[in-house]
Amino acid sequence: MTDIEQPVSSTMLSAWEVDSKVERETSHLPAEWEMVIGLEVHAELATETKMFSPARNHFGSEPNTNVHPVCLGLPGTLPVVNGKAVELSIRLGLALNCHVQRCVFARKNYFYPDMPKDYQISQYDRPLNINGWLELASGHTIGIERAHMEEDTGKSTHVGESGRIHDAGYSLVDYNRAGVPLIEIVSHPDIRGPEEAKEYVAELQRILIAVGASDGKFEEGSLRVDANVSVRPAGSDELRTRCEVKNVNSLRSLGRAIQYETQRHVDLYLAGDRPVQETRHWDEEGGRTRAGRSKEQAEDYRYFPDPDLVPVDPSPEWIEEIRQSLPVLPRERRQRLVDAGGTAQAAALAVERDLDQLAFDAMSQGADPERTLKHVANNLAVDGAQTLDPSNFAELVKLETGGGLTATQAKQVLAEMVETGNAPGDIAAQRGFEAMESSELEGLLDGIIAASPDEWSRFCEGEAKLQGFFTGQIMKATKGQADGKEIAKLLAQKSAG
Amino acid sequence: MSTAIEIAAAVSAGEQTASSVLESYLSRIDDREAEIHAFNAVTAEEARATAAAIDASVAAGETVGPLAGVPVALKDNMCTTGIATTCSSRMLEDWKPPYDATVVERLREAGAIMVGKTNLDEFAMGSSTENSAFGVTHNPLDVTRVPGGSSGGSAAAVAAGFAPLSLGSDTGGSIRQPAALCGVVGMKPSYGAVSRYGLIAFASSLDQIGPFSATVADSALLYSVIAGHDARDSTSIPLPVPDVQATLDDGVEGLRVGIISELMGEGPLEGFEPEVLARVRDAANALAAAGATVAEVSVPSTIYGLSAYYQIAPAEASSNLARYDGVRYGHREPGGVNTAAMMKASRTAGFGPEVKRRIMLGTYALSAGYYDAFYGKAQRVRTLIINDLAKAYADFDVLLSPTSPCVAFPIGAKSDPLTMYLNDTCTIPSNLAGHPAISVPFGTGADDLPVGVQVLAPMLGEAKMYTVARAIELAASGGQS
Repeated sequence: MTDIEQPVSSTMLSAWEVDSKVERETSHLPAEWEMVIGLEVHAELATETKMFSPARNHFGSEPNTNVHPVCLGLPGTLPVVNGKAVELSIRLGLALNCHVQRCVFARKNYFYPDMPKDYQISQYDRPLNINGWLELASGHTIGIERAHMEEDTGKSTHVGESGRIHDAGYSLVDYNRAGVPLIEIVSHPDIRGPEEAKEYVAELQRILIAVGASDGKFEEGSLRVDANVSVRPAGSDELRTRCEVKNVNSLRSLGRAIQYETQRHVDLYLAGDRPVQETRHWDEEGGRTRAGRSKEQAEDYRYFPDPDLVPVDPSPEWIEEIRQSLPVLPRERRQRLVDAGGTAQAAALAVERDLDQLAFDAMSQGADPERTLKHVANNLAVDGAQTLDPSNFAELVKLETGGGLTATQAKQVLAEMVETGNAPGDIAAQRGFEAMESSELEGLLDGIIAASPDEWSRFCEGEAKLQGFFTGQIMKATKGQADGKEIAKLLAQKSAG
Repeated sequence: MSTAIEIAAAVSAGEQTASSVLESYLSRIDDREAEIHAFNAVTAEEARATAAAIDASVAAGETVGPLAGVPVALKDNMCTTGIATTCSSRMLEDWKPPYDATVVERLREAGAIMVGKTNLDEFAMGSSTENSAFGVTHNPLDVTRVPGGSSGGSAAAVAAGFAPLSLGSDTGGSIRQPAALCGVVGMKPSYGAVSRYGLIAFASSLDQIGPFSATVADSALLYSVIAGHDARDSTSIPLPVPDVQATLDDGVEGLRVGIISELMGEGPLEGFEPEVLARVRDAANALAAAGATVAEVSVPSTIYGLSAYYQIAPAEASSNLARYDGVRYGHREPGGVNTAAMMKASRTAGFGPEVKRRIMLGTYALSAGYYDAFYGKAQRVRTLIINDLAKAYADFDVLLSPTSPCVAFPIGAKSDPLTMYLNDTCTIPSNLAGHPAISVPFGTGADDLPVGVQVLAPMLGEAKMYTVARAIELAASGGQS
């Protein structure tokens, strides 16, 4: 078992070290302070059934219909590990560059009415995935400490004035969610600001979806984030007292909560005080965090290996098989477009829209990267865009950059290509699109000048806004088929005399 | 009284109806249950319906199972659909499971007839069945004495002739010790041989379901029915069950039998009654006479078994019993000002003193900062015991010891918990190691009360264990069977 706790390679470690010295985005704190943020992301795994029970894993069912004696924790029932959940967890682990190891389920003991056994089956000192990393679009690398499997709790609704448990008249519990498989991804405290935190979660979400581990829906609670937040003097290595901020239900809340909480820490230090280690809850309406349990009041979870379960020991063959079946990850997909000549931003958008393969194929066939990605950004946010034939798409871009079509024409042809699947040349011919020769344009312009001599002399004297007037006239005459750039060139030539 | 094997044969052959068999047992229950209190519930009506169905099957010429028409009593910690499963606790007094334990399914498929749910120490925590919330079970051989525990009701049911077979659960000796005290055969299988699905957990890494019977052959039969892999229990062993019935009468010629010195009063462990030790030596001599090689063997770490057990079992219990919080089922104490107060009040009212004691012990053993000193160390002792036993099994096929250091004691005699715990000294090592062990009656001790001899075998060594048990049984009956 010597290989089990083997850390990631030294190259990876040095990547972190180097990275931490790279200047980060501006945190919104006074310049002499720096944010230190680690995130715990819980994602519900996209399985058919629950983590340890044959009950259905499905969001939005009638309360207490997706239940079974096992996930209700009825006396005498026993958990059995869902193999699919393990597979999806390994998929994510590999996508996060983790070491996948023999792992043990442990019981986390505490009393809560939405937890049927009054303990949660989780993983403690032997998690499935350890020592990974996630590279952000910015190039920053965030270390992943672990990604372990556990079961979700049920959902309590406290019926009473505040909706909080302590003054509820009564509480209702829905156990549909109890036992739903979760993966908890714990990052190192490598995140330095609210924007980076949001970027990290967004990228993690993309990876979860890409590998099929989770649907990653914040709004359905299948993605949840807790933030461990502290601050320190900029450039220092120390780790100061942190607070765990819970109840963050969207990327926007995450950014706001981090901003608020770090500022609170700075204010405390500046006032000669210090924060206490505690759990704090984000109050979305109030735009602030509120104190929960402090460390002194913290529960002792009395973790111990769950004697009802045996260790999960994925074979190297199985891990390799899963690795082979992984899709190309968002980061590599973006990188491929950037390497082919796209900008980072355009590449990210293409991947987001799942049009990167199309764009890449078109670019491989000689389409201009900038034009190609511009179409993806501006003209292809439509149904059916993915079905475009890459060769046709490449041909269209080439027609356009070669002057055979104006931008406006190209847009129209593209729309029809998505609808009909026809080739761009055919569509252009059918529509009578042919890029106008400069001589044709010049003739048109001469006619317009003759009809508006006053405007023309004012334009020639420097009244630049009249450029729009003449452009508009030409466009009107050509029903929008003229190339704007050509017109501008022509106007400049003629007015210069 | 007939054995289970005889009943099943007669019912299958149509020589006797399951209904008539059942009625004879029900009438014995009528006669003596009031003074014994073996049962929390006698399920006569359900039993009659099952018996009638078996008889109809036989009449229709259908194949019936190996336990056709055999009445079986079930310890009241095994789940039965729609029939209260109480663990002899106020906490679960009215709880009716919506599902059957795997062993219950297997009994039904085998044609057995469940006659009732038997009394136990609350949540199987005890060695005398005095800890039941529903009253003490009395030893049928002397009603002023305890039947042992925690499966005292199941042991008493077989001893009193209320059923030819019963099932118990054994966490630290809870089948074997009451079998010894009631003069019947009780067997704890290898850990993982019998599914725990539907057995209400006390200590998950130690609990096993096993058979009580009047004869070793009946024990082997019932074991064969309940053993085997079950996908619903992750700790269930995915191997075929050895045919223990086929090798039952193979004899002990050439087998090597070791007597564990530490469990014969030759070490720091005390409290062994001399008559008990004498019967174990008699049994060993009988085995030697039948051709076995017999010698003493030291298994040094067995002396730490009890201490380790009282860390591990309560620790697991403290977690297993957390779910009884009054929220979803079981006893709920009204009037709590909030959920936490309701949980506390319900647990305070619903659990008896021994259960509370063990929950507290276990909670402490798992606490931050104490885990390594208590639970962690106990797990290491467990490994020591496994290693020491492995050494012993290099030289011996089976090991021998008393089952209980003493014969059945008077009700109320052992009010100090520690004194009570010492009863399990000889049985605990098998639970910690996960090995099978059986208690076979062999003669009597003080006050003419029965003595049980324990045969221990290595992991999955049920076949040889049964062969030796059968030889001891033969010797005990003076060679008659």
